[in-house]
Amino acid sequence: MEKSMNCLLRATNLTKRFSLQDPPVVDRVSFTVQHEEIFAILGPSGCGKTTTLRMIAGFERTDEGSIQLNGKTLECPYTHITPEKRGVGFVFQDYALFPHLSVLENVKFGLTGISKSEREQRAQGILELIGMKAYHNRKPHELSGGQQQRVALARALAPKPSMILMDEPFSNLDAVLRQSTRNEVRRILKEAKMSAVLVTHDQEEALSVADRIGVMDQGRLVQIGTPEEVYYRPKTKFVAQFLGRTNLFSAQASGLEAHSNIGSVMLDKPARGDVMISIRPEHLTLEQATPANCSGTCGVIQNREFKGHDITYHIRLDKGDCIVHTDNRMPFGVGDNVIVRPLEPAVVLHSDSTRYVPDQSVFTSSDTGKARL
Amino acid sequence: MGLVKNIQKLPPWYFLIPAVFVGISVMLPLVYLVFRAIDGDWQQSYELIFRQRNLTLLYNTLSLTAGVLITTTVLAFPYAWLTSRTDIAGNKAITLLGVMPLAIPGYVLAYSLLGLGGTNGTLAQLFGIVIDRPSGYWGSLLAISLYTFPYLFLNLRTGFLGLDTSTEEAARSLGYSGFKILMKVTLPQLKHSFYAGMLIIGLYVIGDFGAVSLMRFETFSYALFLQYESAFDRVYAAWIALMLLTLTGTILIGEYKLLKGLSFYRTGTGTARKTRIVKLGHWKWAAYAFIFVVTLIAIVIPIITILFWMAQGVDPIVWNTLGNSIRSSVLASAPAALLAIFFALPLAYISIRYPSRLSNILQRFAYLGYATPPLALALAFIFFSLSAVPFLYQSLALLIFAYALHFLAESMGPIRSALYQAPPRIEEAARSLGYSRFKAFWLTTFPLLRSGIIAGAAFVFLSAMKELPITFILSPIGFETLAVNVWSFSAEAMFAEAAPFALCILFFSILFVYLLFAREWKRA
Repeated sequence: MEKSMNCLLRATNLTKRFSLQDPPVVDRVSFTVQHEEIFAILGPSGCGKTTTLRMIAGFERTDEGSIQLNGKTLECPYTHITPEKRGVGFVFQDYALFPHLSVLENVKFGLTGISKSEREQRAQGILELIGMKAYHNRKPHELSGGQQQRVALARALAPKPSMILMDEPFSNLDAVLRQSTRNEVRRILKEAKMSAVLVTHDQEEALSVADRIGVMDQGRLVQIGTPEEVYYRPKTKFVAQFLGRTNLFSAQASGLEAHSNIGSVMLDKPARGDVMISIRPEHLTLEQATPANCSGTCGVIQNREFKGHDITYHIRLDKGDCIVHTDNRMPFGVGDNVIVRPLEPAVVLHSDSTRYVPDQSVFTSSDTGKARL
Repeated sequence: MGLVKNIQKLPPWYFLIPAVFVGISVMLPLVYLVFRAIDGDWQQSYELIFRQRNLTLLYNTLSLTAGVLITTTVLAFPYAWLTSRTDIAGNKAITLLGVMPLAIPGYVLAYSLLGLGGTNGTLAQLFGIVIDRPSGYWGSLLAISLYTFPYLFLNLRTGFLGLDTSTEEAARSLGYSGFKILMKVTLPQLKHSFYAGMLIIGLYVIGDFGAVSLMRFETFSYALFLQYESAFDRVYAAWIALMLLTLTGTILIGEYKLLKGLSFYRTGTGTARKTRIVKLGHWKWAAYAFIFVVTLIAIVIPIITILFWMAQGVDPIVWNTLGNSIRSSVLASAPAALLAIFFALPLAYISIRYPSRLSNILQRFAYLGYATPPLALALAFIFFSLSAVPFLYQSLALLIFAYALHFLAESMGPIRSALYQAPPRIEEAARSLGYSRFKAFWLTTFPLLRSGIIAGAAFVFLSAMKELPITFILSPIGFETLAVNVWSFSAEAMFAEAAPFALCILFFSILFVYLLFAREWKRA
């Protein structure tokens, strides 16, 4: 399903159980990472994402499946390359800096088998890259959270690993630092031409840092794609809801069109029968309801959240509710009768009752135009 | 489905092997003890077990234990409350005074009590007051209680400081008065600390040999010693040792049963409030008087007595012996401290980083070595070495090994708390940077354990320096430590000759107390 020839990391059917009674914490997880790609595994806590990462690092053994790096098998049921021989850098959630060593010594720690001067030079070079040269004599506890984060990254980068694994790298930072550190880490990784797998529960983090995202739920990877793909074209209800707010409607589909609570909507792919559709609040807009256009699908504004650059409306429909993000020029207030209009085709979600028409026959949404009444 | 066994969860062999070795080393000698006891014919065994004398010994041991527990509670409770919940001035100094009695081991205290009374005792010579030499039950009770009450004091103090006072405030808001709150809310929450302190003291009383032997009060331990040293009846000695072990086991099981289901965590998410401090007002004079009397009896009088006898003039030959004794004590204690660390480190590491049934059991063995009455342990080692490793019989190596196993538990505490503070991920970080499992441990975690290891080694070293019963039974012929000399001279009422040795013991014990106090103070 993906370009397989020159991928850097290939994880196939990774499975891990901690007890025989419980379902596996990681269940047949497969994905690949390309050279110089940042891949994020996104999922709620307890979904198995950290265990997946630790299996790649070699800290946990797999029960089934295999891991290949640069074509070399690191892990399969009969092989277990120890973590120290994998050449994979790891950045821990709590950074795990060596508290008894200075910043420079921490970075030098992994630089073995080279001359002393070369070690020093390499470590200083990395500190330069992360902008921490002035702090090289500090001990970890004398650094701020963001600085510790960067030192942890530098320490992992220093021995030039094949790739870097990052476990919730930004979760220990406060909100303000998180934004800037995120950009900084992406810059450093790209500058070092480094591939990375990062694990996070924060969708914004995954969307902004990663080149590609794998969304994980209860031990399974449910969707892999670029940030745009997983955001705009979620495959399941879980993905749709986990990546930001969305409206879920049950609808009756026939081909590229469906009938739902907000009236008739276009679909992103043909379907038939009862389906679950998702449409993002910013892909909806509001219109004044008039006796002419309101044929049983109009709603009443229940609540209005003014957030400066945009407004969120909560609409009570005949059956169910929906939320709509609009720009701040919308004139409606609480109690107004409105009609909800889709701006984009709705996404048909994967569920057992949905019958998919094979992918090849999907029309692109542009030829179908606006949903008609 | 081919489920691969999780080998990662098994501790590395270089930690597992020493830990298992400790378990075997504690158990094996005890097994030999049992063999030795049932060695004789059944008729003889039956006679030995159902002797009338055993009942007397049991009664003596239990009544002494009960007496000591009551006395220490009476001493420790007010002491702990005063230093943790009141505005008494000089809190730190008073706490230190409460720990200081630990510096005067039971047998030294017994020696000073013996040297105090009688027609030529300190009191008679200094003040012309003649009191009977304390001896028997009351003498033992006094010596052991004064020496051990700090254990209960420290536990209770920690308990008081850890109490969540908002529960008391809640009780107050529900209409309870001060005394009722104490009985219904405060004391029940202190159960844990109280039992912990009682356990240490109870085990100590059962195992104590020095004080009861000098006071000539026949408990199991003293009787065991008499059988072994004087009557040479080893089968009966083995049976007494087994009875001692049974008693110890009963106490351990009782403790386990008592503590089961007790949990006093704060529930809810509110932050713990600072302790409410009671203003003593005029009561503080009563408090000071209490502290003064305890300090006088437990610390001042013993030290004055030792110094007094020292001033009576010591035979110059004794000074030579003193040098030898110090050398012997260090020669046995220092390697024992190192060996104990070598055992304790893997045990602590496994129990914290690889918690499992196995590691739990292994760790219990370490504590079992500590709980085993020292005389019984020593006797077990004698039997074991005689039949299994005769070349080690009465060797210094065996003595060191026994010390290490017995005091191992003392070094576990500091090492464990140091390990808790070392972040577990740093070893994984080192491994992802290319270091092997052992090197990762050695370069990252080990340096962080340094202070814990030093403290642990110091505890074992200082405890071994003042250890008496194990030394008595296991030391090579002619090997006399400080403790052995204090005991032998006191036993023959040669108080002046015992004085220099007692002073040396005091010196090392004060270091021990200082170490304990420094840790305790930091924690609180």
